[in-house]
Amino acid sequence: MSRAATVQVRLRVDPVACDAFGFCAELLPERVTLDEWGYPIVDGRPVGPHLVDLAARAAAECPRRALHLERVAGTA
Amino acid sequence: MTTATLDRTERLLRTGPDGPADPGLSTHLALHGPLAVPRRDDRDWSHAVWREMAASGLTGRGGGGFPAAAKWDAVTRSGRRPLVVVNAMEGEPASAKDRALLAWSPHLVLDGAEVVAALSGAREIVVCVADDRDSSARVVERALAERARAGGGRPVSVVRPPARYVTGEESALVSWLTRGDARPALRVDKSVPLQVRRRPVLLHNAETLAQVALIVRHGAAWFRELGTSEAPGSTLVTVSGAVRTPGVFEVELGTPVAELVARVDPTGPVAGILLGGYGGAWLDPAHASVAYAPGPLAAAGATLGVGIVVVLATSSCGIAETARIARYMAGESAGQCGPCVFGLPAMADDLELLAAGRGDPAVVGRLEQRCDAVMGRGACRHPDGVVRLVRSALTVFADDLRVHTAGHPCTGHAAPTVLRFPVAGASRAGAA
Ligand code: SF4
Ligand code: SF4
Repeated sequence: MSRAATVQVRLRVDPVACDAFGFCAELLPERVTLDEWGYPIVDGRPVGPHLVDLAARAAAECPRRALHLERVAGTA
Repeated sequence: MTTATLDRTERLLRTGPDGPADPGLSTHLALHGPLAVPRRDDRDWSHAVWREMAASGLTGRGGGGFPAAAKWDAVTRSGRRPLVVVNAMEGEPASAKDRALLAWSPHLVLDGAEVVAALSGAREIVVCVADDRDSSARVVERALAERARAGGGRPVSVVRPPARYVTGEESALVSWLTRGDARPALRVDKSVPLQVRRRPVLLHNAETLAQVALIVRHGAAWFRELGTSEAPGSTLVTVSGAVRTPGVFEVELGTPVAELVARVDPTGPVAGILLGGYGGAWLDPAHASVAYAPGPLAAAGATLGVGIVVVLATSSCGIAETARIARYMAGESAGQCGPCVFGLPAMADDLELLAAGRGDPAVVGRLEQRCDAVMGRGACRHPDGVVRLVRSALTVFADDLRVHTAGHPCTGHAAPTVLRFPVAGASRAGAA
């Protein structure tokens, strides 16, 4: 485990908690689109370093706390 | 619904119309032989049984198809005494196998639960029977009273969760046992066992436990005398639809689907075969030579599910029947996740338009997009099953669809449904 930066993060939405406020899609259109009913379709691939701060903000500002950043063991 | 056994595969259903019609303990013991399950933790017994179970290759018969032994492994690693839960909810409207099994062989199911409890160190067993299945609950209560009189065994209670489609889903059942709220929960890591009152839950379908009871008695090699190397043993199927002899049957895994259908005597040329359940898939009769086993069925885009086989004749309309299922499944959503709450009714709308000959190819395109949009986006697999079913309908009934989208409903769309649906309002407690 000597390599640095092998931990990556990805976005996950909790569909039970989400109430289609859509803030996440506004803040992070690179990773979140809305379906025809206004619910977020989240790109579950690891979030690149340039988007991590924005992703964290989108998760923090979700009024339902439905958007989560979760760690994945990366291979980078 | 009649029940018969097919050829020489009667292992689970040895009582009933074709055998002694008595589900009592003495008949059970006479047919299957005695079973000694240790009352306290017994490492030698557990090791021996564990080995047989792992060697048997038994997989769960409740739809998940998960290896039974792997489930015990995950729970045992948690180091706490689990709660053994027998899932006899059978929320699939076209399934009757768990009911048949409880009616004719309740002691086989209870034996299996007892074995799993002894194996995992559990001190308590809970049997879940839907609140609209009073006769099943009565049979189990009677069987439990007989066992109590015979002495021994762990405490077993019968509970009655609401009869809804999604209640049989593992997390929904656990949520009901914990809080009385029978709705599924989001499970991020499926390898972590669910808990009830801080005890890990060891949940098995009733049929799986009956299979356990037989493997403990006769061994893994005996179990593997039927079935294929990847899918050993026999399994229960419920066959209905346009057939002359519907019912619950025990079949050898690996039997060609065509053979299974031929034995129940279809009333006319077959248009499609619904496999798995209402969240299953239609199989094109041209592909019916496929073996009835999880691997081959998955390769054919279908699923074994809970052993449902519904035969649709060419006098029916596959699009209209699929629309009915989609509408029913939309109504059975537990109402928690947007894509399920809004997506399933929208898909049902599209199918109804198409069935009535009022949908053009653009509606088909929209329906396909909605399938893509809904797939994988609920907390549970309820919407995914509907998507799989709808996608299979669009393929298997493609010819019908062409007629419908040209503005003419086919002659079958007004035919009465061959599908079973529960009477609305029979049980509406618990879920939102
Ligand atoms: S901000 Fe939160 S509640 Fe709103 S759509 Fe995104 S995940 Fe859902
Ligand atoms: S996907 Fe549907 S049935 Fe499953 S938890 Fe969500 S709303 Fe309920």
